[in-house]
Amino acid sequence: MTRQAKSQATSRAPEPGSRFAPGETVRVAERPALGHCRTPWYLRGKTGVVASVQGIFRNPEQLAYHQPGLPKRVLYKVRFEQAAIWDDYRGPAGDHLEADIYEHWLEPASRSAPDLEKAR
Amino acid sequence: MPSPKRKTMPRKGADGRATHDVGGLEFGAIDRHEHDLALWEKRTDAMLILLVGPKKGAFAIDAHRRVVEDYGQQTYDRITYYEKWIRAIRNLLVEQGIVSREEIDERLAEVRERFAKAGRKASKERVSW
Repeated sequence: MTRQAKSQATSRAPEPGSRFAPGETVRVAERPALGHCRTPWYLRGKTGVVASVQGIFRNPEQLAYHQPGLPKRVLYKVRFEQAAIWDDYRGPAGDHLEADIYEHWLEPASRSAPDLEKAR
Repeated sequence: MPSPKRKTMPRKGADGRATHDVGGLEFGAIDRHEHDLALWEKRTDAMLILLVGPKKGAFAIDAHRRVVEDYGQQTYDRITYYEKWIRAIRNLLVEQGIVSREEIDERLAEVRERFAKAGRKASKERVSW
């Protein structure tokens, strides 16, 4: 049995495909979290670009409470411009940071998102 | 070189954030002191890795993060990195029914007695849950 075939055979829930592709503009959901959550507060409501798809993992928000964490969630590396995150950012233009964000915290966005307008 | 005393930090504008989620808040200078890890800190590190590993699987690493994140602000800011770890390990072992509070208390009393007989110092402090 190949490794791939084995992992498919032991997979309990259908794994969703990736909703977003590298290069796509996404917005981090602006919502509070009840309990454990790996999406930092300072990125909520901010717009960035998908840098890569990191893989598919059991949901840490459920694993934190001894639940199975299924269905698995796609994890993305998202790139944010620093000026889009901080109101008073004074560093060089083009400064950016990358953060791992799970798919259920991301929404499709266009470049004219409100927080980008604000950052200009 | 001793590290500066840790204190509770105000969280101005934290509005609804979890205690640990402080990215972007004004938090003063970063403590950049290097220090060697104590033996108990190394043991704590090893213990967590073994507990979350596939062989033991006592709880997920995310559960450990959750317990640390749920400390009150005073506790979170005043205790050190591995103090957070070992307290959370203790709490999770009880939460998962692997050991009981009574077993931990009994064992601590035994160790204190052993230390006292040997003339070694042992903290009398009770670490809150």
